[in-house]
Amino acid sequence: MKSIKNHLSLIIALLSILFSIQVFIIADRSIDAYKEKLANNYSVVVVSQKRLTDKTLLGINKIISSVTELEPDGIIKRLNANISPKNTELLKLTLPKFYKLKLKYFPTPDEINELTQDLLKNKNIKKVEDFSHTHDTTYKLLLLFKGVITVFSISMLVVTILLIFKELKIWQFNHSERMNVMGLFGAPVWLRSAVLFRLSIVDALIASVLAFIVFAYISSSTWILQHFSDVGIEVQMFNPVNDFLFLLVIAITLSILLASLIVLGHKEEV
Amino acid sequence: MDKVIMAKDLSLSYSNNETIINQVNFSINSGDFVFITGASGSGKSTLLKSIYGALKPKQGSLIVGGVELKGVLKSKLNFLRRHIGIVFQDYKLIKEWTIEKNIMLPLIINGYDKSITQSQVQKLLKHVRLNHQSGKYPLELSGGEQQRVAMARALAHNPILILADEPTGNLDDYSSQLIWNLLEGAKSQLNTTIVVVTHHIPESINVDYKHFHIEYGSIHEVN
Ligand SMILES: Nc1ncnc2c1ncn2[C@@H]1O[C@H](COP(=O)(O)OP(=O)(O)OP(=O)(O)O)[C@@H](O)[C@H]1O
Ligand SMILES: [Mg+2]
Repeated sequence: MKSIKNHLSLIIALLSILFSIQVFIIADRSIDAYKEKLANNYSVVVVSQKRLTDKTLLGINKIISSVTELEPDGIIKRLNANISPKNTELLKLTLPKFYKLKLKYFPTPDEINELTQDLLKNKNIKKVEDFSHTHDTTYKLLLLFKGVITVFSISMLVVTILLIFKELKIWQFNHSERMNVMGLFGAPVWLRSAVLFRLSIVDALIASVLAFIVFAYISSSTWILQHFSDVGIEVQMFNPVNDFLFLLVIAITLSILLASLIVLGHKEEV
Repeated sequence: MDKVIMAKDLSLSYSNNETIINQVNFSINSGDFVFITGASGSGKSTLLKSIYGALKPKQGSLIVGGVELKGVLKSKLNFLRRHIGIVFQDYKLIKEWTIEKNIMLPLIINGYDKSITQSQVQKLLKHVRLNHQSGKYPLELSGGEQQRVAMARALAHNPILILADEPTGNLDDYSSQLIWNLLEGAKSQLNTTIVVVTHHIPESINVDYKHFHIEYGSIHEVN
């Protein structure tokens, strides 16, 4: 009975570590997906006196992913419908050119500043509209969200690790009697600690499988999927192969580390 | 004759540096049956601890089975311990193992195969009259029954040396006689060297024995 309780406490501790790691990963993926979505909707408008080739504009800063020239027809139409077609052509030539620049990813405020500076270095470019105010707010919100998730995950990790260290003393006590007696009959260290390592690896496996079940359930829950689609992003919450293997490796590493701490901390009593 | 244990100017103390055994000299030959007596707290268990290497000599030398225990390497000590059978004063049974598995411990450590282990354990369970309790856990047994499990474990791997710390301390006359018979048998059939700490030497004992008495940190042989 007592040994089941010890099993459970390690399994629960490992599970909560795996849980906070995976939640952090999900949050990170959501933020990345959201940034991509924002990058797709975000653009910088450039006003130039002369026609600029796509190549010139793309060469100005690596962050620019595509260039679209904004047609001036709409503007001209609004000016006067009575202008003769010949004059319209003339007017088109004298009007400045408008370009919409799409970016490869959602930029930081610094990157926007840099881009604006780079663009204005070109003497033909008269004005750059970077919508930096709206951008700034959205960006700060994202950072805040990420910060909150990070703090949450880290504090969960810290609390769990503190709990584990408290439990470690009990585990040490439970295992030291057996390890001691085995030692008195000449068992080498590997044999003395074999049971301990076997138990902790079994616990790591159980914790990983439980984490798998929890996240398989969460990632198929319509309630949560609905939330993501409301925001307009698609995120893989749990990859049943890669994420599972990652969590498994973490759980096994941690439990082997704990078992080693117990073995190293074991002193033969006199 | 081979000396299984040889102490020269041996002193023993715990971490508080209080001298328990003070510069003693003695030796025990292969196949000897030795009783050690002495008042409570005189250092009998302490001496046994030094023989199985749990307490290192403070001064002097202690050679057991040809191994100098002063500054002995861990691996060498493990090797030596695999040839010693110990009955501890507090039994030291493993609580989470059945008594059957407890008795198997030295056989597992020495790498015996399953069939030998099984038959040896069945034989020992019969010898200590516990064959109907083999699946129980130590805490489900009486003190005397636990003591008999400890004796069976000490005999399991046919060690060259048996150290028994008051092995009949909790037993009635009948069970005590069982234990003495087993120890006598080990000596006469396998020439096992036997060192027994006891408060009194049984009158029924059927073998030649030596008797050491511990007092005020010294050891002297009683004739
Ligand atoms: N782990 C220890 N640390 C410090 N001192 C100890 C330790 N174990 C025993 N002692 C001390 O060593 C002395 C001898 O103890 P020991 O256990 O050898 O006595 P003993 O002769 O076996 O007595 P008993 O017949 O009661 O079992 C005692 O004074 C005891 O207080
Ligand atoms: Mg004692």
